[in-house]
Amino acid sequence: MTVHESLSMMEKGECTSEQLVRGMLDEIRVQDGKIGAYLSVQEEDALGQARLADKARAGGRKGRLTGVPIAVKDVLNVSGQPCTCASKILQGYISPYDATPIARLRAEGAVFVGRTNMDEFAMGSTTENSGFKVTRNPRNTDYVPGGSSGGSAAAVAGGEAIAALGTDTGGSIRQPAAFCGCVGLKPTYGRVSRFGLTAFASSLDQVGPITKDVRDAALLLGVIAGWDEMDSTCMKLPVPDYSAALVPDLKKVRLGLPREYFVKGMDPEVEKAVRGAVDKCRELGAEIVEVSLPHTEYAIAAYYIIATAEASANLARFDGVRYGFRAQGAEDPIDMYCKTRAAGFGAEVKRRIILGTYVLSSGYYDAYYLWAQKVRTLIRKDFEDAFKCCDALLTPVSPTVAYKIGEKSGDPLQMYLGDIFTVTANLAGICGLSVPCGANSKGLPVGLQVLGPAFREENILRVGHAYETARGSIKQ
Amino acid sequence: MKYLTTIGLEVHVQLKTRSKMFCGCSAEYGADPNTHVCPVCLGYPGAMPVMNRDAVRLTVITGLMIGSKISEYSKFDRKSYFYPDMPKNYQISQYDKPLCIGGSVDIEIGGTIKTIGVTRIHLEEDVGKNMHFQSTSGVDFNRAGVPLMEIVSEPEISSPEEAFAYLQALKQILLYAGVSDCNLEEGNVRCDVNCSVRPEGQKELGVKAEIKNLNTFKGVLNSLKYEVERQVETIKAGGKIHQETRRWDTDAGVTIAMRSKEYAHDYRYFPEPDLLPVVLSSEQVAEWKSGLPELPRDRRGRFVKEYGIPEYDAAVLTAEMDVAGYFEQAARLSSNPKLVSNWIMTEMMRLLSEKGMAIKDVAVTPAALAGLVKLVDDKVINSNSAKQVFAELFEKGGDPVKIVGKKGLVQVSDSGAIEKFVDQAIEESPKSVEDYLRGKAAAAKFIVGQVMKLSRGRANPQLVASILEEKLKVEKRKRGV
Repeated sequence: MTVHESLSMMEKGECTSEQLVRGMLDEIRVQDGKIGAYLSVQEEDALGQARLADKARAGGRKGRLTGVPIAVKDVLNVSGQPCTCASKILQGYISPYDATPIARLRAEGAVFVGRTNMDEFAMGSTTENSGFKVTRNPRNTDYVPGGSSGGSAAAVAGGEAIAALGTDTGGSIRQPAAFCGCVGLKPTYGRVSRFGLTAFASSLDQVGPITKDVRDAALLLGVIAGWDEMDSTCMKLPVPDYSAALVPDLKKVRLGLPREYFVKGMDPEVEKAVRGAVDKCRELGAEIVEVSLPHTEYAIAAYYIIATAEASANLARFDGVRYGFRAQGAEDPIDMYCKTRAAGFGAEVKRRIILGTYVLSSGYYDAYYLWAQKVRTLIRKDFEDAFKCCDALLTPVSPTVAYKIGEKSGDPLQMYLGDIFTVTANLAGICGLSVPCGANSKGLPVGLQVLGPAFREENILRVGHAYETARGSIKQ
Repeated sequence: MKYLTTIGLEVHVQLKTRSKMFCGCSAEYGADPNTHVCPVCLGYPGAMPVMNRDAVRLTVITGLMIGSKISEYSKFDRKSYFYPDMPKNYQISQYDKPLCIGGSVDIEIGGTIKTIGVTRIHLEEDVGKNMHFQSTSGVDFNRAGVPLMEIVSEPEISSPEEAFAYLQALKQILLYAGVSDCNLEEGNVRCDVNCSVRPEGQKELGVKAEIKNLNTFKGVLNSLKYEVERQVETIKAGGKIHQETRRWDTDAGVTIAMRSKEYAHDYRYFPEPDLLPVVLSSEQVAEWKSGLPELPRDRRGRFVKEYGIPEYDAAVLTAEMDVAGYFEQAARLSSNPKLVSNWIMTEMMRLLSEKGMAIKDVAVTPAALAGLVKLVDDKVINSNSAKQVFAELFEKGGDPVKIVGKKGLVQVSDSGAIEKFVDQAIEESPKSVEDYLRGKAAAAKFIVGQVMKLSRGRANPQLVASILEEKLKVEKRKRGV
């Protein structure tokens, strides 16, 4: 069931929000033991919200999402709920406030059911780096769901949620959506407020939906997008009617294929599925052109410098002084920091804090951080040039399908390289959409990435929707 | 051998804004611990800063007051270090693009003016306050996030006394500009000082020590006096000065080296990604500039020129902006500004300090004071009566002319009337007359006093003096002395 389907059912009186939430809670009870999508489920709270939503709907006071249950990645603050970021260091922390995207969903009547698993502080591509548990891919539980929003993608793909919120710093919405066979949208930087999103890399993070279809992604984006005085980097621009942009053809649309995103050595089954999607778009009336994004090869290096640098400062606040976990037996404040952070953070988080601290250290700043910022400018310019001649770009989301649990966790560098097709959108600040475009011989999903110019989410939603409609269901 | 001292000051000034630098919490001092706090100033997960525009305005105004170049483009940076009073473990500050660059402050030292260069002024957020109890410690975050302006001087200060004079001059400017209350008791102004000494003739500066977190001007003066002496004595004894951070122990009167762990920082500055750069249009800066108050030293010079009062008076009157403003209002309504100045500097200031009041709270208006001065100037009342009138004005306000009328204080300048008083006084003071005639000139004063008493203070003193002199001459001749 999708969000728009559930809305029309409630509208027709075919079901209530309470029934939807109960159904979802049942699914979680039955399935989550093997999938592990959720870190916490706020059962009573959710049922209470659902009953209120049903009352509101009956009383004619309905918002755009009244009664729709939404799963939330455990990195966003929801007032009164835990927000662990899948880290032991935030154990015991209860959010005193709603993140802006949460407040906007709440204002439109959405119901918050539970908090989904993730790589600790969104650092990772498999959800294996959670401080609490591993999430498995519902398509095949031997495989990872991707990450870092792996819990959200697994919940949606596994029928444990109708839709979910994720966050994307270098592909953390698009890649798990691709691995699990759902739709994931990373909005333009500045399109959705980051207020209340526990920061990993402030200049790259965005909140976005993970859904079952593109229509739902458009619907949710329309609710969470827009200017917020609490986030100075959130732009004061009107929010278009994204649902209105969803037309079934691609007439007069020009789509670019970046040469650098179809490279030797990528999984042939992934390439085949993406090429098939490109053909489908051509059939829908799109003109396909080849473009070049020449600085792509520097993106991973620049990304890991900028992201870790920002993370090293963003994560400094987790010190045991004001909230969350505090190690016992410390002799002085410095000792308390060391013990708390040593016990509270996982290995990947520590690795990135150390990297980030290093690249900002005096004497290295110019060689690393400044250099990375220059690369970032060049990558942004690459996209600006490409979008002069096309409305959107088509690429794979990831060079591979989901891998086996444990397969890459011992080799962080290999894992980092898997982000090659997604990090560029974050560095350039543009928007990107992940749409399922097939499956490999083992039935593991492949994702098509549609990249659009900054603040032109309507472009990529239109392409994604038209393709998705023409594609039909995927054999798995 | 003589040693030269080099001092540079970093002055942290809390700005007078209603809310904090990056959130809506009250910036007011003195509330119960942790009552002016929110997710932003507590560094909660997901909270984001939003720049306080008024703090930017106040910083730019300070820069304009001291002749800084105002940056069209400036930005905030993160300064990383761990300390329990720091909610995010990084402070949002400004590193390489501060709001104000350059400028200077004039100080007066030994009767000459010296100009101290200012390197930069930047804007940042204050930290919380660690508190230590018997067996535990706590942090009060009310102060965390209060806007803090850091004014960095050039190392152009060459004695502890100059440092003190610089702080006083700076404080005066900040008060004039209305950017801070400069209340030292509330920690509005706090200083870090850098100090080094070198033998006369040596070109390069000596190794400097930094004394951190001084919260009184006296503390700056005394710690620097101690530190200069310590450094000179160390060098004389063949020792070496280490580049280090020291703290001032007020009770012991000494500076003490802090453990290296407490200050060895690599701050790892990088641009704050949660805030946009600050871009100021020239129109905006021009608008703020047009509303700028006059600098204290400019006003001083103008008072001398425009109102013809002595340099000394101008300095006293401009020490506080409100006093200067009061004087100027009264002086503009008066044809005798010097007399206005006298009244403010003597009677007004005496009563203000006696009652512990500020000039903005007194009942006597500048117009009333000007009126009073005119009454004295026109010899309608004498100075004795004027004091009575002033006392009433100070307490209740009102119109001096009416008060004079009501109290019957109009000066008696009718020589016939005065002659009668003089005759009576002479008759009633034979002893004094006797003394006077024997050459004791001071005895005449007593007789004048008697005359004033008889006239109930209203007699014109000049007339009394001349008539008495005449009468006494006559008396002298009569007695053939």
